[in-house]
Amino acid sequence: MDKLIEILSDLHPDIDFESEDGLVDNGILDSLDIVTLITEINDKFDVSIPAEEIIPENFNSVQALFALIEKLDEE
Amino acid sequence: MSFTSIGFICFLAATVVLYYVFPKKHQWKLLLAASLAFYFIAGEWYLPYILFTIISSYIVARLMRKNSEREKLYIEQNRDSLDKDARKAYKAAEKKKRFRILILGLVLNFGILAVLKYTGFTVNNINSIIGIFSDNVSLPLPKLLLPMGISFYTFQTMGYLIDVYRERTQAETNPFRLALFVSFFPQLVQGPISRHGDLSEQLFCGHSAKWENIAPGMIRVAWGFFKKLVIADTVMIAIKSIMSSPERYSGAYVVFLILAYSAQIYADFTGGIDITIGIGEMLGIRIKENFDHPFASTSTKEYWRRWHITMGTWFQDYIFYPLSICKPMQKLSKWSRAKMGPALGKRIPVYLATIVTWFVTGLWHGASWNFIVWGLLNCLVILVSQELQPLYTKFHNRFPKLNDSYAYTLFCRTRTFLLMGLIRVLDCYRDVPLTFKSVGTVFYDFSSWREFFAGGVFDLGVGPREYIVVALAIVTVCIVSKFQRAEGISLRHKIAERPSLAFLCLSVLVVVIIIFGSYGIGFDASGFIYNQF
Repeated sequence: MDKLIEILSDLHPDIDFESEDGLVDNGILDSLDIVTLITEINDKFDVSIPAEEIIPENFNSVQALFALIEKLDEE
Repeated sequence: MSFTSIGFICFLAATVVLYYVFPKKHQWKLLLAASLAFYFIAGEWYLPYILFTIISSYIVARLMRKNSEREKLYIEQNRDSLDKDARKAYKAAEKKKRFRILILGLVLNFGILAVLKYTGFTVNNINSIIGIFSDNVSLPLPKLLLPMGISFYTFQTMGYLIDVYRERTQAETNPFRLALFVSFFPQLVQGPISRHGDLSEQLFCGHSAKWENIAPGMIRVAWGFFKKLVIADTVMIAIKSIMSSPERYSGAYVVFLILAYSAQIYADFTGGIDITIGIGEMLGIRIKENFDHPFASTSTKEYWRRWHITMGTWFQDYIFYPLSICKPMQKLSKWSRAKMGPALGKRIPVYLATIVTWFVTGLWHGASWNFIVWGLLNCLVILVSQELQPLYTKFHNRFPKLNDSYAYTLFCRTRTFLLMGLIRVLDCYRDVPLTFKSVGTVFYDFSSWREFFAGGVFDLGVGPREYIVVALAIVTVCIVSKFQRAEGISLRHKIAERPSLAFLCLSVLVVVIIIFGSYGIGFDASGFIYNQF
């Protein structure tokens, strides 16, 4: 989780990612951020996030993102 | 059959009445018959094209579904004998098969769209190149039929196929149900581009006639007619005059064109969508909103989140994301980060995907260079803003109170409005060099301002009375829009709570449209701007 927060903080240093649960819905992460984020996650977590998983529910919070990474790792 | 014709109003009234007379479980069948009839009346030769899309998409989606069911069954039956890696490999192999089926569906349908829409453009460009070397040789220009709304229904249906592939929606088992999703008549003219998951349930569950649906729906339809006939079609007369004589109308007239065309396209497109959503509401069907106060945007990026939302999200979900994260792009990302450093390197693939997406967005709007340049200019503004982001942050850190100031918000809104208006002029002249030349006159042809204010503005086919009506109509639209945005409520639903007020509101709108709308014999109110896309 810390590794993920570190990646997100690089994108938006001013956001408290531990408490924010509307990263996409509240317009904090835009499409350019999401692609950058996916590239970093794929690299650092050795997973491959497919396009079909790019939905707001998976990117709205650190917890949701982490759950997605775990799910992909499991699969 | 145009939305703004008496024929369509009669057709709509008959459809709504019959819809509620029909038993609920058969209502969708009536909608299908009405949709196909609407499309047939619009052009009798359009039907084979939409039928091809329906049939081919039905088969492709069914094949993907069968494959997916077979995969699940196999995994279930061999749960104990398959280890994690074997399961993964089997799933990947089956997914590959589904991908091939999907590609077949996409190639077939986008292929038809490409041939019908872009053959003329391609031949013209080839002829231009040939013309450099020889004056006597040129390819013949084929005359191809372009069915109404083909870009909209093709994109909506291909979105459905991709969603079935991604298992985000269920494949339709009944081809007639898919036919209604593809051909639902209120959406055929100019969208919105709906998702199967959002629309299908609404289309097929029965609906009872309810005042709280019908009244707000009628008000929204009338509001759409008001925007289209009172604002868009009146302003269009002046716009056409300027566009038809670019040599005569320069400088001040081009500034007027930028403002007037912004008003026209807003009133035309949002008016059309109001009619679509209003019809849906009258039938008890919720259609996704396509606009969210776009002219209140403070940046280009925000503007594109609020304007033609369903098209923007289509391109984002089905082109930008898959392209940005595909394997070659990920490889490029690694390479560029190694060669150019992490900061610049990670932006290269994202920017490349953004450029491709905007190129395709431009091309979707029309088969001509002005639309491609329009798309790329939008892209340029977005990427430059992105690059300047650190500078903006520094600036806002230096002046922290600025973001809370209304004056600064107003400045940002005006800047975005003018910038978008300026780029949009490419859509008016439909000629890239001519557009740049005309816009250039704004910066040196100052004498035109005197002529413009000395009465030139009234020589464009629109008189002082019409300008006053349009100005009042625009103010009314702004007030309604601002009220709804500030209060977060739907004004028409509030009005519909009191039937007498709803009747009064509808009557006023109808009278205003009859008195001040641009229509009648000899006036062509047939085309919505987005109809041609």
